Amino acid sequence: MPFPRMRTFLSVALAGAGLLVPGCAHPSVGSDRDDPAKPVTLRFWHGWSNAGEVKAIEDSVARFEKLHPNITVKVIGNVTDETVNQVLRAGGDEAPDVVSSFTTNNVGQYCSSGMWADLDPFMRKTGVDKEKVFPKTFLEYTSYEGRQCALPLLADAYGLYYNKDAFKEAGIARPPRTMSELRRAAVKLTRRTGDGSYERVGIMPNFRFYENSPDRLFAQWGPAYFDRQGKARLAEDPRTKEFFATQRALIRAQGGYAALERFRATFGDEMSSQNAFLTQKVAMHMDGEWRGLMLKDQKAKFGWGTAPMPVPDDRADTYGRGCLTGTVAGIAHSSRHQNAAWELVRFLTVNTDQVVRFANAIHNVPSTKAALKSPELDTDPTFRTFLDIARNPYSTAIPPSVNGGQYIVTLRDFAYDVEAGKVPDLDRGLRGLDAQIDADNLQSQN
Amino acid sequence: MASSSLAPPPGLRRRRNRARLRTAGFLSPWLIGFSVFFAYPLIATVYFSFMHYNQIEEPDFVGLRNWKYVLTQMPLFGPALWNTLWLVVVMVALRIVFGLGIGLLVTKIKSATGFFRTAFYLPYLAPPVAATVAFVFLLNPGTGPVNGILGALGIPAPAWFNDPGWAKPSLVMLSLWGIGDLMVIFMAALLDVPKEQYEAAELDGAGAWRKFRYVTWPSITPIVMFAVVTGVVQTMQYYTQALVAGKLASGVSVGPGSVVQPGYPEHSTLTVPQLVYSLGFQNFNTGAACVLSLVLFVIAMAVTTLLMRKRAGLLPAEDRSV
Repeated sequence: MPFPRMRTFLSVALAGAGLLVPGCAHPSVGSDRDDPAKPVTLRFWHGWSNAGEVKAIEDSVARFEKLHPNITVKVIGNVTDETVNQVLRAGGDEAPDVVSSFTTNNVGQYCSSGMWADLDPFMRKTGVDKEKVFPKTFLEYTSYEGRQCALPLLADAYGLYYNKDAFKEAGIARPPRTMSELRRAAVKLTRRTGDGSYERVGIMPNFRFYENSPDRLFAQWGPAYFDRQGKARLAEDPRTKEFFATQRALIRAQGGYAALERFRATFGDEMSSQNAFLTQKVAMHMDGEWRGLMLKDQKAKFGWGTAPMPVPDDRADTYGRGCLTGTVAGIAHSSRHQNAAWELVRFLTVNTDQVVRFANAIHNVPSTKAALKSPELDTDPTFRTFLDIARNPYSTAIPPSVNGGQYIVTLRDFAYDVEAGKVPDLDRGLRGLDAQIDADNLQSQN
Repeated sequence: MASSSLAPPPGLRRRRNRARLRTAGFLSPWLIGFSVFFAYPLIATVYFSFMHYNQIEEPDFVGLRNWKYVLTQMPLFGPALWNTLWLVVVMVALRIVFGLGIGLLVTKIKSATGFFRTAFYLPYLAPPVAATVAFVFLLNPGTGPVNGILGALGIPAPAWFNDPGWAKPSLVMLSLWGIGDLMVIFMAALLDVPKEQYEAAELDGAGAWRKFRYVTWPSITPIVMFAVVTGVVQTMQYYTQALVAGKLASGVSVGPGSVVQPGYPEHSTLTVPQLVYSLGFQNFNTGAACVLSLVLFVIAMAVTTLLMRKRAGLLPAEDRSV
């Protein structure tokens, strides 16, 4: 038999390789037919890495194992969303059964792709009435297009941290409640050195500063990012322009974007002892409830307090609101023990005693209605501020989208240009922003 | 029949087949490597560039949608491509000049040669992430010693990795610091130039420049071309240093829940490979990531082909057939 020509051989090899390509696109499929009363080992991946937080979650798992002696939980911490995403796509025996994410941004992607299992059937089976258990906003940010693929595992609320000593020195009696008050307070609190450079700014309004993502400040206006058809509607919403105008006014009042940006570049790392609030380079800043614990650990050398972020002047009645987000938990689509996994998810997210104990341990906002009212919660007033923000009916979370938080990234990029004065025609810029968000969403849809 | 009269005798055919099998056997490691690590990924990349595929659901054919999205609707494609090409032109050119300069310097030094060669080579051994972290620390506008010294001397200090105009030049400085790899190959090439040629040139009255132009340069041209081609290919894949520098300079802590948005500040350090990773493994927009990879592949191939053709023109006549 003649030996096949090299060309034929190569063609066959390449065609074979081509046939393999679509074959690689089959994710592993899990099962919800397991018996949760039988002995089983679950893998639970989470993102906590701080020693105290890791201990708190491990204590929580120990309490669960005591309640369910047939279930052993193998806990793996400090796992990023990227790793979870990639592992769940790759599948395999070592993939997690129960997963969590520190951000709500990716919930739309988890739900729409089916990567995280729909939890509604499990809730129905076990008699959990989600509307009765969870606040509405928390349910909204853990579902996408009616598919509840995640549940809140504690929440985060954003508020204002302020330096009480600096306030006293500047003669300011209480934290600002409206954006005008914020601007005036910021000017009073800004202190310069002899050569005119900053020693301290009242507030650092630039969006690249630590937690200053525009969506978090924009929450004070209660924006609706999308219309009923899912199209971006930032250009037609007058609140968007008000929001940018307010932020630019804050920048102008304190010396301009370039000067503030130069000062911001001298700040230390957000999570270090060189944090600009700790080193008193900023007198006020927007941050989450967890920062309080860090300020105490680092023994801040000044008095500090917390308050809700100010609201627009014409919406003074909404004072107390804030941006909400949080950690979410779900069941991996590839888990072969989904009923057992649900028992763990249910314990971590629904059980009031567990939610309260975990919230107190890691200084996060509890995420069930019952836990939010619990008398067992930490009584520290600087922490209570955030509980009130979480309970406030005007507080909002960013809506989930099919491509995760891509539209927030696009908004952020646009906001960087606006604050730098690179968008001369804001209306036109906002129309372009909407078109870009729609194009990105379309690209992610099937 | 005519055909049977032209057919080789069975013995010869068997020998030829055995020879072919032997050849294929010797080639098989390469063939397997080529198929698994080049042909298959390339075919897969082309295939997925026409698919909507989020790495969970079945791929779905979407025609040219991914191509249209990347080439006309993705705002970061332009800056990423511009940054990558900027780095290819500036970084590669400066690395060649600097590497050659250091190579010349260490071949001319008469004493403590071992010390200087080691000192210039050592930074190359630093892991890229560690080297980048050190550079970002040294060049920190607020707390870094470099700006402290510049400030004390009354010299206006740039914001380095925090300034969109200085971020790429700062990355170039980082790459020049780790020039050890090029220094070694240039040093070897320079030491390989026959001394007799320099002596003959000196007898003809040639000065330092003429000796470099007419003796050194023709001898080291193949090495320079090698450095250019490998430099271009490596810089097209520039990823780690730009990502680490951007992330650190931004000052924002990136926890498990957050995703690193590459390119800080103002997308000035965003390169195409970072965008490919971001699209493919953060957003799971596999189709668009594949389109970007193909665009990068085509550009790399075109530039390399152009350089290889130019190489033929630059080489001495006797080497052109090589």
